[in-house]
Amino acid sequence: MTEQDKILNDVTQGEYKYGFHTDIETETIPKGLNEEVVRIISAKKNEPEWLLEFRLKAFRNWQKMKMPTWPHLTIPEIDYQDIIYYAAPKQNAKYTSLDEVDPELIDTFNKLGIPLEEQKSLAGVAVDAVIDSVSVKTTFSETLAEMGIIFCSFSEAVKNHPDLVKKYLGSVVPSTDNYFAALNSAVFSDGSFCFIPKGVRCPMELSTYFRINAANTGQFERTLLVADDNSYVSYLEGCTAPQRDENQLHAAVVELVAMENAELKYSTVQNWYPGNKDGLGGIYNFVTKRGIAKGDNSKISWTQVETGSAVTWKYPSCILKGDNSTGEFFSVAVTNNHQQADTGSKMMHIGKNTKSLIISKGISAGKSQNSYRGLVKVLKGAEKARNFSQCDSLLLGDKCGAHTFPYIETDNSTAIVEHEATTSKIGEDQIFYCNQRGITTETAIGMIINGYAKEVLNKLPMEFAVEAQKLLQISLEGSVG
Amino acid sequence: MNIEYKLADVTESFVSLFEANRNILLAENNEHLNSIRREAVTSLAKLKIPGKKSENYKYTAIGDLLFEEMNHVFSPKKIEFNIEDIFSCDIPEIDTQAILVLNGFFLNQGEEITKLENGVIIGSLRAAMKSYPDLVYKHFAQYSDYKNDPIAALNTAFAQDGVFLYVPKNVKHEKSIQIIHLLLSEEDQMVQHRNLFILEEGAEANVVICDHSLSIQKFITNSVTEVFADKNSNFNITRVQNEHDKSVQITNSFIQQEQDSTVTSNTISLHGGVIRNNIKVNLNGENCENNSLGLFLADKEQHIDNSIYINHLKPNCTSNQLYKGILDENARGAFAGRIHVWPDAQKTMAYQKNNNILLSDDAKMNSKPQLEIYADDVKCSHGATVGQLDEEALFYMRSRGINERESRLLLMYAFAHEVISEIKLPALRERIDELVEKRLRGELSRCNNCKMNCR
Repeated sequence: MTEQDKILNDVTQGEYKYGFHTDIETETIPKGLNEEVVRIISAKKNEPEWLLEFRLKAFRNWQKMKMPTWPHLTIPEIDYQDIIYYAAPKQNAKYTSLDEVDPELIDTFNKLGIPLEEQKSLAGVAVDAVIDSVSVKTTFSETLAEMGIIFCSFSEAVKNHPDLVKKYLGSVVPSTDNYFAALNSAVFSDGSFCFIPKGVRCPMELSTYFRINAANTGQFERTLLVADDNSYVSYLEGCTAPQRDENQLHAAVVELVAMENAELKYSTVQNWYPGNKDGLGGIYNFVTKRGIAKGDNSKISWTQVETGSAVTWKYPSCILKGDNSTGEFFSVAVTNNHQQADTGSKMMHIGKNTKSLIISKGISAGKSQNSYRGLVKVLKGAEKARNFSQCDSLLLGDKCGAHTFPYIETDNSTAIVEHEATTSKIGEDQIFYCNQRGITTETAIGMIINGYAKEVLNKLPMEFAVEAQKLLQISLEGSVG
Repeated sequence: MNIEYKLADVTESFVSLFEANRNILLAENNEHLNSIRREAVTSLAKLKIPGKKSENYKYTAIGDLLFEEMNHVFSPKKIEFNIEDIFSCDIPEIDTQAILVLNGFFLNQGEEITKLENGVIIGSLRAAMKSYPDLVYKHFAQYSDYKNDPIAALNTAFAQDGVFLYVPKNVKHEKSIQIIHLLLSEEDQMVQHRNLFILEEGAEANVVICDHSLSIQKFITNSVTEVFADKNSNFNITRVQNEHDKSVQITNSFIQQEQDSTVTSNTISLHGGVIRNNIKVNLNGENCENNSLGLFLADKEQHIDNSIYINHLKPNCTSNQLYKGILDENARGAFAGRIHVWPDAQKTMAYQKNNNILLSDDAKMNSKPQLEIYADDVKCSHGATVGQLDEEALFYMRSRGINERESRLLLMYAFAHEVISEIKLPALRERIDELVEKRLRGELSRCNNCKMNCR
């Protein structure tokens, strides 16, 4: 084994740090999925009739659908009857202060480094923590409420702001949209809701932290963000899960709505348990994320750092409906060992002068498969639409794969659409250059990868950028080569 | 009508067509060929004609096109005509060896198959099967993948004739071979023919294929061309497509390359109702080079779809794809390119480029430039653009006294020239340059060279 391979191995064999499991009493319902289960979930959450109807409609649709087979992924058959669809940490009735929260839980969040405690308010992040799909604690909601910002768990929003939820739920991702969106619409248990009123610039980063804890459960959360005219919000999402030998399903739906002149920024650092180095266990991360830039001059920006999950299958998308609206997608997807990722973005240009930008950086190591799949569609009315896509892949090791499947569909002669992509490995000349200047091969590889991903990492809010950089290091530890 | 049902129907109609004409199709008393045909029908029945949901034919609804009732002719029909009267070649200046293929059957102008002094064998595939069975069956249906590709299976089941070319070891055949596919019929007709080109070690050859329709009837053509390029061989294939607006043309080229071989294909689509070109290349030895280039110019209701699949099976190979298109009026264009680098194919260099210009608001372009890579020490890149003529360049030219129409033409011509400049034969290159310029000026209607005066 050459020196380089050795370092590469060290990098790629970094251990998952968040694999611990917390003993919290959870309330679960029996395994399996049928109409009764959907009703139980709805009843447990004291939901209004219309929401139950929404769920049932989605469920009936789901029953008629088949799991799609087009992605470049090998997924063993999933037994949907072998999953627990509802698991909630017990005694979660209501927390008025942090003291009432199960100390084990606080401990968990401390381990994850999430500033849940109020004294950490200096961190300046408002957090909604979702454990096993139930929102446990939302911080800062009062401070935010003074500005008219609603930031709470999805169930609270259903209770307190039913009109808003009813108006926007399923408006971007209809319950019939795809197999997993339908499943989520039927059984989603909780999630986050956020509404920024007209003209308000959200003063802090809003954040949701997702954690799967209980075994044999699926996590199905739902996030709905609405930014009204002239508002701005930046939203972060992080996720981890314990180490287990079986695969767990995570099928979330995220909907974003940006009205006139509004700007929405959604950042994800996805670090679900990726399975061990032989490909055993890990999370199936099948997520539908879509935003609509509804009003003129609105902007939606997705940033994602994907390092976890056994299988990642998601395409954060933008519907650019308003004139002059902008959609952005920045992604770093790292796969290692036996991980698989099929991710990318869709940009639908509907309004005039709409712009979109896609920057995707894939890094594959070990025996992993990493695909970019994207669609840029310019509709007939989208005059002067402009898109630029760049999808680069970096291969670390000779047993991994990197693939690019872009789709460009242009229906307007004034549109300019560009796509470019490269696939390569770190050049021997680059490493040689660094070595020559006294930089060890490992450091050199780290530097090169960081430089490669910088364009995307720069788009992350500060706290996340640091975490993401660390994650990149862990995921690829020793894979420099 | 339910689409799935319809597709099953189309497939079914071809299977029963085969059954009905079993006597003719399996009449050659050639068990090898007959068993291939039978297998092809079985795989067609299993695979089914692809519909819109098929990823491969996402942008060309081939099922719908094949749904129409067409006549099928399984033995060459005698049509009395004087070729000089109705057809004059678009590429007359170059010194070529011309072969005529009428409605998919080799047109008998003397010998059906000839062996030239240098050992090159050229002529009808059907005749070659009789005269040189060992040579033919060593390669026939070996590369066309009819067990997985329903359209190739369709051709394999029905195609009866076409052109056979064999270039022996180390022979450099200087004279270009021009194959002229003519479509001429009094009724709507579906034509399926098949070409097989074999180049032995160190052989060299140039082939020009011209596709023409001579009568205004509706034609559906589904052709398969298999190319085997052995070690160190060099093969150029240029295809000029110029059929009328009612024709449907599906071409399938399967190119197998061995070590150190070079194959260059240029596909120039000037005219046609619906054109779908499939090119599949297997780089099956080290140091192969493949260049696949194409230019398509479409207006009115025309539809042109190019699909290229390059398999890098072995290390140190290079492939280039360059496809450019200009679409006007209601034209539809599509491009799908795939570079597939297999696990051991280290040091692969693969490039792919697709540039398109939309001239009208109703024109539409879909592009799918794809990479699938399983080896780490490779350099692969792809790029795709859809846009317009450069306004600044236009302004520059107009400020220098060139009128707008002329400036636009110049820009389009320059855009197209990148592909044409890669054509290896100078005479052919000049001629195609000329044709493209005419086409862009709107002066090249396919009726220009036709003396039938049907319009």
